[in-house]
Amino acid sequence: MNSVIMARSGTNRRQGSIWPRLQQILYDALWYIIVVALALVVMLPFIWMIVTSLKGQTEVFAYPPTWIPQQFHWQNYLEVWRQAPFARYFLNSTIVALAVTIGQLTSCILAAFAFARMNFKGKNTMFLVFLSTTMISTQVTLVPSYLIMKTFDWIDHYPALIVPFLANAFGVFMIRQSFRTIPRELEEAAKLDGCGRFRFLVQILLPLCKPILASQALFAFMGNWNSYLWPLVVTNRDEMRTLQIGLRYFVSGEGGTQWGVYMAAALLVSLPVIFIYFFVQKSFVESMASTGLKDI
Amino acid sequence: MSTIRARNNPQPDIPKGRWWRRWGEETFAAYLFLIPSLVIFVAFTFFPAIYSIVVSLFRWNMPMKPVFIGFENYTYLFTDAIEAPIFWKSILNTFYFALGVPINLFLSLLIALLLNRKMRGVGIFRTAFFLPTITSVTAISVVWLWLFHPAQYGLFNTILIQLGIPLQRWLRDPLLAMPCLIMMGVWSGMGYNIIIFLAGLQSIPRMFYEAAQIDGANRISLFRYITWPLLGPTIFYILTIGTINSLKAFTEIDVMTQGGPLNATNTMAYYLYQNAFQFFQMGKASAIAVLLFIMLIVLTWIQFRYVDRRVFYE
Repeated sequence: MNSVIMARSGTNRRQGSIWPRLQQILYDALWYIIVVALALVVMLPFIWMIVTSLKGQTEVFAYPPTWIPQQFHWQNYLEVWRQAPFARYFLNSTIVALAVTIGQLTSCILAAFAFARMNFKGKNTMFLVFLSTTMISTQVTLVPSYLIMKTFDWIDHYPALIVPFLANAFGVFMIRQSFRTIPRELEEAAKLDGCGRFRFLVQILLPLCKPILASQALFAFMGNWNSYLWPLVVTNRDEMRTLQIGLRYFVSGEGGTQWGVYMAAALLVSLPVIFIYFFVQKSFVESMASTGLKDI
Repeated sequence: MSTIRARNNPQPDIPKGRWWRRWGEETFAAYLFLIPSLVIFVAFTFFPAIYSIVVSLFRWNMPMKPVFIGFENYTYLFTDAIEAPIFWKSILNTFYFALGVPINLFLSLLIALLLNRKMRGVGIFRTAFFLPTITSVTAISVVWLWLFHPAQYGLFNTILIQLGIPLQRWLRDPLLAMPCLIMMGVWSGMGYNIIIFLAGLQSIPRMFYEAAQIDGANRISLFRYITWPLLGPTIFYILTIGTINSLKAFTEIDVMTQGGPLNATNTMAYYLYQNAFQFFQMGKASAIAVLLFIMLIVLTWIQFRYVDRRVFYE
């Protein structure tokens, strides 16, 4: 035992740093093996979704299952549009998500400006009021909200999917945080030049806070695009369904055996958000890390 | 000089007189800015929350008129011979489902520790682990429905056959259904926790580790005495937020099991939905909502009370 250590330190002295370097390479190799293996396990459902979405009906049920489709069955992706009104679902989801994103961002910017840059009576109380809304979730208000929608006769209409989401306290806090980093001197200088409060917000503050606004917009879009419970409750007619609800009924309908088509549909439904994610990865991850929310 | 004083003093000179003059133009303008959000919050958050409590005191079986019955919905839920077992089961299931939270925490901490080093391609791996988090839960549930298919060509059953284990019925087996949902929940929630853990790990100053290494600390004691205690707030945050989200879980249950088999995956959130929109018993559903609300408020309060949220802003 002793001689081994002696021998090792001996080689070290003679041949420079070969041994520690070798150890480092082995460590790195081991790291890569473990991480790649883990990543493959995590990606397995996605891989299986893509593989299945390219299989014909007989190959889907073949045993043992194949990892590479014998014949690439691209028709599955056309079948999705043919068998259910997915174009309509796409349109609904896009209209709703865009309207919510624009509306929510506007209301959040206005409120954030008041909290960040203005002094007014009852500011702390108002802040607590906003804070308390984050404790009340969709589940809790589900029944009364549904009853309200019924009285307004909004069931199966766009306003039911849009209006309740036009305010978001988390968004207000995030944008407020960013507004506060802009120095007061800038506002005073603008004021001296005769720039009003609203114009200062639109022309000076907003351009300076673009990154946070972009991530909040994406966050609102993603949350709404992926939302499920509320659209499920307030839509009954097929042509008013959003993508998520459309997908759910598509898969559970008619006994459910066309797994190739279902996988293609699932991929199409999740693609837009994944696509956006790859463009704005950084701000996306940051905004998620700070708000602590995944969906509405 | 006067500008400096004005800047330090939030309200430099309050004019005397009636309240609207005292409040001044700025307060008036500020409330104009707040009104869009306030209207939405009052109409779709505060009013429904209070209305929920009111409805829970009525017997309201949907086409019929509501009848005031006091706390009967609550006593019914907890003591009725037919109702109570299902409701108690849904409470138990809610906590059972929340078991995924510590499992998730453990796994994502391990992976975050692995990913917390500068290596070529580490960004790709982070994306790989994060992908399940941004994909819609509906799409994910559909994919896992296929993975859990009870026939031999379901992928998990194929794996079992390779290992020489008999076929399982997964989501259709009352004993296995909940573990299956937990497994999927852990898989899809890990990415988010990893991001939070990585942010927490990177906020620990390197000099702590360097100083300890000079004193001869090994990897395990570095973790035990530096990483773990300094990650404390992060861990607490993930536990509370995770539990809150797991109490609210609905989508995966509705897509994959509809609360079955034999109510094995029927949680409070799902039972609430069933009562309201399948049995049309609005009063009973609201009573469940109020109970769920209390649980969520307690958890959120704990989170606000003990977690310094600024940790994640910086």
